[in-house]
Amino acid sequence: MHEMALAEGVREIVDQAARSNGARRVAAVRVEIGRLAQVEVEALRFAFEVVKRGSAADSARLEIVESEGSAWCMRCSESVVISGRGEPCPKCAHYQLQVTGGDRMRVLEIEID
Amino acid sequence: MCLACGCGHDEAHVEGDGAGWHTHADGTRHRHDHAHDHAHMHAHEHQHAHEHEHEHEHGAAGHLHFGDGPAGAVATGMSQSRMVRVERDILAANDAIAERNRERLRARGIFALNLVSSPGSGKTTLLVRTIERLAGVAPVAVIEGDQQTSFDAERIRATGAPAIQINTGKGCHLDARMIEIALGRLAAADDSVLMIENVGNLVCPAGFDLGEAHKVVVLSVTEGEDKPLKYPDMFHAASLMLLNKVDLLPHLSFDVERCLANARQVHPGIEIIEISATSGQGMADWLAWIERGARASRQRFGAATRPAAGVAESTPAPVTAASQGS
Repeated sequence: MHEMALAEGVREIVDQAARSNGARRVAAVRVEIGRLAQVEVEALRFAFEVVKRGSAADSARLEIVESEGSAWCMRCSESVVISGRGEPCPKCAHYQLQVTGGDRMRVLEIEID
Repeated sequence: MCLACGCGHDEAHVEGDGAGWHTHADGTRHRHDHAHDHAHMHAHEHQHAHEHEHEHEHGAAGHLHFGDGPAGAVATGMSQSRMVRVERDILAANDAIAERNRERLRARGIFALNLVSSPGSGKTTLLVRTIERLAGVAPVAVIEGDQQTSFDAERIRATGAPAIQINTGKGCHLDARMIEIALGRLAAADDSVLMIENVGNLVCPAGFDLGEAHKVVVLSVTEGEDKPLKYPDMFHAASLMLLNKVDLLPHLSFDVERCLANARQVHPGIEIIEISATSGQGMADWLAWIERGARASRQRFGAATRPAAGVAESTPAPVTAASQGS
């Protein structure tokens, strides 16, 4: 969803970080995208190529780290790994799950010159 | 352009604006008489005469390797690169504005709902009926989001409720900044109910907090019972699901039980009301849900922090005659 808006968010954060660190150029941008964050990673990659033009990240490479989705299963009383919302618990096959991780989208770090 | 749903968000404007406005994640806002590419807004005109690629020779974890750039070139001894930890949420800018909206609404005792659905689920008709039924109980104000036209806001204004239309242009969702601006122009009363009708889209609006108390997802029985499974993020984000147009059930092969089970599968705690704006079925439950929520919200946050009535809102733009209904 809305990968273009997210890419613009990445660009703004990178621009700001580059400015405050006196960067001449941003060589790389590393972002974390959770598997439950509703983001199509390839679309984000494409969108970033478009929005980065003219910004400090003009020639930056985008590295995407995908983090696993995790949830607390109320039946098993333990943390399990899930690949999407609405997926059953891999252990008990029930749906009493509370998502606990893997829904974040963050700019982790940038590499600057 | 949103690549997932094929729409862009560079032409948004709030009703009453002479020209489109643009919002950036860092909070700056621009207005222009002409459309142009966002990519040029913050252009840094420092062309480097000698762009160079570089590489790192190490195996340390947490480090990136960037020596294989498009040019494949390596200029030894020229690399002065360093890593800067950023650790910022990509939607942080939107979320910060949403939180500001939430505080502002709470301070005035306004109970805000963000209504989301597919196009054609009957949201606007349901809203009109809701406003009619809430007359004398609670004042209602409406923010309407659509890509184009102000038809929906006009339908709402016909009920006498103040309404403001936001056209998102090619945008597929409302964001917190649009709501912040609309709030400044909407004559919403203290202790009222604010209904935000999002752009008809079960995907993108799930990720954008507007500052609402709850998301309410409207699903009509003329759609499929598997929609909650197809769009789990939205049903997960919503506190309440309104299963609309149930008066049509005798004419359809829609399996209500399966639909409800699907919704609970993606969101075990979701509340559900079966409703028909046409026959009135379920309307009483829906109105009771709103009143309960509004009361709970007021009790939780109290009226103590509320400024004196009539205190001017600090808003980014003046109210214009065309921007609100009677």
